[in-house]
Amino acid sequence: MAAIPLLELQDISLSFKGVKAINDISFTVGQGEICALIGPNGAGKSSLLNVINGVYQPDQGVIGFNGKSYRKMQSHQAAVHGIARTFQNIALFKGMSVLDNVLTGRNLKVKSSWIEQAFNIGRAPSDESTQRQKAEEIIDFLRINQWRNSIVGTLPYGLQKRVELARALAAEPRLLLLDEPMAGMNSEEKAEMSSFILDTQREFGTTVVLIEHDIGVVMDLSDHVVVLDYGKKVGDGTPDEVRKNPDVIAAYLGTKH
Amino acid sequence: MIYRESGQFVTTYGADRRIFKLWQQRWALYTLLGFAFAVVPFIGNDYWFSAILIPFLVLSLAGLGLNLLTGYAGQISLGSAAFMAVGAFAAYNFQLRIEGMPLLLSFVLGGFTAAMVGVVFGLPSLRIKGFYLLVSTLAAQFFVTWVLTQFGWFSNYNSSGVITAPPLVIAGYDFSSPAGRYLLTLGVVTVLAFLTRNIVRSELGRHWMAVRDMDTAAAVIGIPILKTKLLAFAISSFLLGIAGALWAFTYLGTVEPHGFDLSRSFQILFIIIIGGMGSILGNFLGAAFIVLLPILLSNLSANFLAGVVDPGQLENLQKIIFGALIIFFLIKEPSGLARLWQLLRERARIWPQRF
Repeated sequence: MAAIPLLELQDISLSFKGVKAINDISFTVGQGEICALIGPNGAGKSSLLNVINGVYQPDQGVIGFNGKSYRKMQSHQAAVHGIARTFQNIALFKGMSVLDNVLTGRNLKVKSSWIEQAFNIGRAPSDESTQRQKAEEIIDFLRINQWRNSIVGTLPYGLQKRVELARALAAEPRLLLLDEPMAGMNSEEKAEMSSFILDTQREFGTTVVLIEHDIGVVMDLSDHVVVLDYGKKVGDGTPDEVRKNPDVIAAYLGTKH
Repeated sequence: MIYRESGQFVTTYGADRRIFKLWQQRWALYTLLGFAFAVVPFIGNDYWFSAILIPFLVLSLAGLGLNLLTGYAGQISLGSAAFMAVGAFAAYNFQLRIEGMPLLLSFVLGGFTAAMVGVVFGLPSLRIKGFYLLVSTLAAQFFVTWVLTQFGWFSNYNSSGVITAPPLVIAGYDFSSPAGRYLLTLGVVTVLAFLTRNIVRSELGRHWMAVRDMDTAAAVIGIPILKTKLLAFAISSFLLGIAGALWAFTYLGTVEPHGFDLSRSFQILFIIIIGGMGSILGNFLGAAFIVLLPILLSNLSANFLAGVVDPGQLENLQKIIFGALIIFFLIKEPSGLARLWQLLRERARIWPQRF
């Protein structure tokens, strides 16, 4: 499956005031793959996502994306290149409706200038309708139609997670980073969310990198698993390879001394 | 059931974007505007125009300006009156120094000048937030007043720093009568309110709210934070600048820099808090509350308590009641009068049922 790599990390290191959060990590994610990042708390999974989409700048290393190499990313630049993400603690725009959140996800696709929008002239009216149509497709896809006009802050947690995925998908990303998309969900909600992630990959060909703690879900969902522990990579391969890797077992279960 | 929506279907995205989707609401708006433009000028008297309607409209516009910045973009500011002052003095100087400058153009240029000053004082917002930003906008308040009193050029070397409104003539029509000044103000405010409504419901409005609600997420999905914040300061100050020019030209006629002091900034902040943050209608409700309630209170007390309480005490009593009412309203409805109005409308739609 992993023919052409979409994302290629080389020797990424990141430290906060001398504390090494990520230590020389390299791995590749193939086009159209679902890649899971797993590891105990504090292993550096979220930090790694933050490096990929430019929230943090790495101390060293190179980020290869879509055939080009970057010394570091800026978050705006990452969005322009087609990297979208969701956050561990939902980072929706709480005072806005579901529809507005999804429309905001399409901000980079908007063609008209704000002056055209203010006077509702030129490209503005047709542009707005185009964006609306695309947003409605995503809303349909994730089946959140009935909450379209609800204010996001008033929705239950599971739905908010889904709206956040909708906002990320609205950008038509090439790479989707999901930081614990199923945290705090029951098994039914997890199954639902997993099917949305699989559908995303199949229907849009989106490459997905996700962080997840539920090993069952990870093994079922992903084509490729990368295991981190204390900022180091301890395992990398298909779910089956990783399951048999003694270092991974040690990191998760501890070793006999 | 007081008004109902049965049979009114939306079939295009364009139609769904209308703010008033029901014809009843649209007709109510058109009737109100028609009444304000065509009927009020004939039935109003000079006291109503000069003391109530004009300040109400100008303060609504100022509230609108601040609400864009604070209610929509989430940047708190106490420099509103300073931007009004810049607009007023700039419009005055454009009128004074350029021969044959059209009145409306000088308003717009005054607004642009205020927008530029607003951008300069908005620069700290890129680094600091919340109360710290509030303090840095205070700098605008004191700096602008100081500059306008220190350098006589701005007031054309008037000994007391006062500027006087030019004759209010547009395309040969004289708008100097109270009814004319009212119509001029109403026209400007109506046009700007519609423009603002378009902006807050457009992509730019969504950018503002995104920055207000969660700025890191906004940056991650590709919203340019710097441009978004500075545009908020610019457009907000533009509206405040025009409000300042109207305040000087159509309401007071003469104004000095200290007419735009900190208490004016607080007054505008109260308007948007009482009216409702992140609402267009709220500014008008809030301004009505701030302008009308003191007048109502003084009329009531003059009629009922004149002989009973000492006049000096009476004035203090009014202030106490005014303050108490503000607190009462904020406890009952923290999201402001606009929210109350919205609830009322929803109730009217399903009346006599409750749900």
